[in-house]
Amino acid sequence: MHDTADAMIFRPSLIRRVIKESHDTFSLEIEPATPDRLFHFAPGQFNMLYVYGVGEVPISISGDPTQPKVLIHTTREVGTVTRAMRGLKVGSTIGVRGPYGASWPVDKITGNDVVLVTGGIGLAPLRPVIYYLLANREKYGNIVLLYGARTPEDILFRKDLEKWRSRFDFEAYLTVDRATGSWKGNVGVVTQLIKRSPFDPLHCAALVCGPEIMMRFTVLELEKRGVRHENIYLSMERNMKCGIGLCGHCQLGGSFVCKDGPVYRYDEIIDVLMKREL
Amino acid sequence: MENLEKILKEHPFLEGMSADHLKILVGCASNVVFKAGEMIIREGQPAEQFFFIRHGRVQIETHVPQKGPLLIHTRGEGEVFGWSWMVPPYRWRFDARASELVRMIAMDGKCLRDKCEKDHNLGYEIMKRFSLIIAERLEATRLQLMDIYGNPKDK
Repeated sequence: MHDTADAMIFRPSLIRRVIKESHDTFSLEIEPATPDRLFHFAPGQFNMLYVYGVGEVPISISGDPTQPKVLIHTTREVGTVTRAMRGLKVGSTIGVRGPYGASWPVDKITGNDVVLVTGGIGLAPLRPVIYYLLANREKYGNIVLLYGARTPEDILFRKDLEKWRSRFDFEAYLTVDRATGSWKGNVGVVTQLIKRSPFDPLHCAALVCGPEIMMRFTVLELEKRGVRHENIYLSMERNMKCGIGLCGHCQLGGSFVCKDGPVYRYDEIIDVLMKREL
Repeated sequence: MENLEKILKEHPFLEGMSADHLKILVGCASNVVFKAGEMIIREGQPAEQFFFIRHGRVQIETHVPQKGPLLIHTRGEGEVFGWSWMVPPYRWRFDARASELVRMIAMDGKCLRDKCEKDHNLGYEIMKRFSLIIAERLEATRLQLMDIYGNPKDK
């Protein structure tokens, strides 16, 4: 539980590196202004990032939870704050408050196969859980990543993907929605990869992150494979402002995405997910 | 033939098919191999087959004048492609090319069409299975058209 006052205070932090991930997506490597302050977080959580004088935005953490000296956030330039964020130089100061929200249930799902289904920039909130699963590889069964991108040029974290695909204990399948003739991989939507993926539907946890439409269709395909609703987890996105469940901007039915989410068990939000008014 | 029967019997597409119907299908089946880059079907040509992919990846594409092939989707191991053999005027709507070495079982659609006309139970079994594939492709195409990963600022 956060102390309300503390939870609203930004920690000035320093930009250590700006990484271009694609034409509109970038990662910020951030280090604490004082080395004694570490960035501990659980996979799936997010921070509020403040570009001084411009505004703040909620951004999921995309770095390695076992490396608390450096914080990594990946986002896309979509508005005023993220545009300003992209313009930050190495050594610039950025405000960080958090981490907030519920994380992926890494302890609860031990002993199971894990299938991670993601699309677009949804890979960013899933990357910490992949780092975690691989750091604790012996605790899980098959680990399968199904990743859909818009085009080959939009594929994020290429170095990580190459590393993961080269492992014998990790399965990664990529697809793109559209491609030119030079692309030799899969073309088609990510949901179509589910049918033939190597996981046991009766003993698996599905971690899903991407646009809500993609997640709805993903759930349908997981259902067809026989995955139970209580074993499906979704990372939801709403208009998060305070980060601590006070302002109500991110209310989703009876819960607040910033505090009770962003990671939800599917059977707990199934009723609100299909409500168009929410 | 025995080998083909085994392969077809184990294919998920034909799950639940009766032994008699399977025997008819085996009679319409043959093994085919395509090298990487080789054209499998061409738009406008008579559509007389459909395929069970056993190994490799197939690109479904269309030719854009002065631009070359436009990739629409790919199909891989364990999947079925080609349904123009069921739909008049029985001509391919798109091109298909092997993007790597591809091994498949080709089904003689023309022969199967005749058999389905004579045996409506077989026709219904085939139609049920293909309607699922057609519905899946339609859903996938709709999702692709929605451009769900596009940047909201560009929309």
